[in-house]
Amino acid sequence: MASRWRWFHQLGSPKWFFEKSAKWLPWIWAGTLILLAVGLYYSLWASPIEARQGQGHTVRIMYIHVPAAALSMIGYVAMAIASTIGLVWKMKMAFAASRAIAPIGAAMTFIALFTGAVWGKPTWGTWWEWDARLTSELLLLFLYLGFIALHSSFAERAKADKAAAVLAIVGVINVPIIYFSVKWWNTLHQGYSVTQKGALAPEFQVPLFTMIGAFYLLFIGLVIMRLRVEILMREQKSRWVADWATEQKAQKRGV
Amino acid sequence: MFRALLKKELMVARRNWIGIVIPLFFFVMVVSLFPFGVSPEAPTLQKIAPGIIWVAALLATLLSLEQFYRSDYQDGSLEQTLLIAGPTQVASAKILAHWLLTGLPLVIVSPLLGILMQINHGFIDSNHTWVLMLSLLLGTPTLCLIGAVGMSLALAANRNGMLVAVLVLPLYVPILIFGTSTVTASLENFSYNGQLAILAALLMIALVMSPFAAGRALKISVS
Repeated sequence: MASRWRWFHQLGSPKWFFEKSAKWLPWIWAGTLILLAVGLYYSLWASPIEARQGQGHTVRIMYIHVPAAALSMIGYVAMAIASTIGLVWKMKMAFAASRAIAPIGAAMTFIALFTGAVWGKPTWGTWWEWDARLTSELLLLFLYLGFIALHSSFAERAKADKAAAVLAIVGVINVPIIYFSVKWWNTLHQGYSVTQKGALAPEFQVPLFTMIGAFYLLFIGLVIMRLRVEILMREQKSRWVADWATEQKAQKRGV
Repeated sequence: MFRALLKKELMVARRNWIGIVIPLFFFVMVVSLFPFGVSPEAPTLQKIAPGIIWVAALLATLLSLEQFYRSDYQDGSLEQTLLIAGPTQVASAKILAHWLLTGLPLVIVSPLLGILMQINHGFIDSNHTWVLMLSLLLGTPTLCLIGAVGMSLALAANRNGMLVAVLVLPLYVPILIFGTSTVTASLENFSYNGQLAILAALLMIALVMSPFAAGRALKISVS
């Protein structure tokens, strides 16, 4: 029993994570770069243009839009899960993780909204429509911003962590609303075709799934980088951070 | 214990009754600005009335939150109360008092606004007024419930007012959508039962979740 939960306890140790993640990062970045290179090649050059969408090349925006939109929701769920873990098991790392995810998730949401607007102009003939999915995605952006605003409004970090965690958990109600919005309200935004069999031709699937993979890795990489900074800030008084800093300084002098 | 807490909230409010009347003035004044700002003609007013009355109700609820939580937090009585009663109980008492003293009065004065905005010509002879009142009756408790969570979270933050609005407004949107569409459907002589049912469902969800979340948040704020 003890060994089965060991990874969980280790994950709770900032020092362990900081040391390990330094080794993970190069692999994650390498994977991101490869997938991005392949995905961008396919999506920008080697994939056909969509006949039905009129303007032809606008379909290429989807290869950014879909992954960003997916991660905007998954990022929020991850933030809410981390917040729950933090509140229930009082795990320091979980709070740091939710704080690290927030701005990146907000950026993903913004990218999804922005690319959606750019795509919508030639296709739907409008930059913005008060459609159920668009509106709920906009609310997601507001929820992320609320989380960040609340977290940065406290003098004490412990209080900020807990209060923002409660907000993240309350706001998670919005995520299923976004996901199912195209099904519940038949407004402008099209339904989901990505996971349905046969709805998407293979020549569109390859670039799309590669880009989704690339975005996942990019997201994880960015979160880990922010988390490392977050750990250094939170643990700045502890011994190992001081040791790490002097080591870093010595290395710089050596080079 | 709950009864004692509620009694205390009501007593504090009675001694500071101007504070209770101000949100009501605010509600009426905000709504009456629109005929000046947009157009005093009946067709235009009828069209925008549901949205404006609902937005005004939402803002009045939001602005009145401060006085139910802030002073208790600042003079330390909130902390003392939390020592003798459970956080969920304290939060529930505050939410109920807040609704009784701001939500319910809003519902009661809403027919007056219906007249100002021309949604009905007589006083209560029109069906639309009842629908407006019913939608507010189902919607304002949810506003109080959700607002309590946001307010309790922001208590210990070193900025106020705007922060609560930023936290709470995104969560208010569904209530605004269904509240407004209830009244609009009634004005256009469509069936509005579905929207009312959703408002009731939102109220049920908030009723189950938010006293707990608000209690939790109060505890975090005083810790």
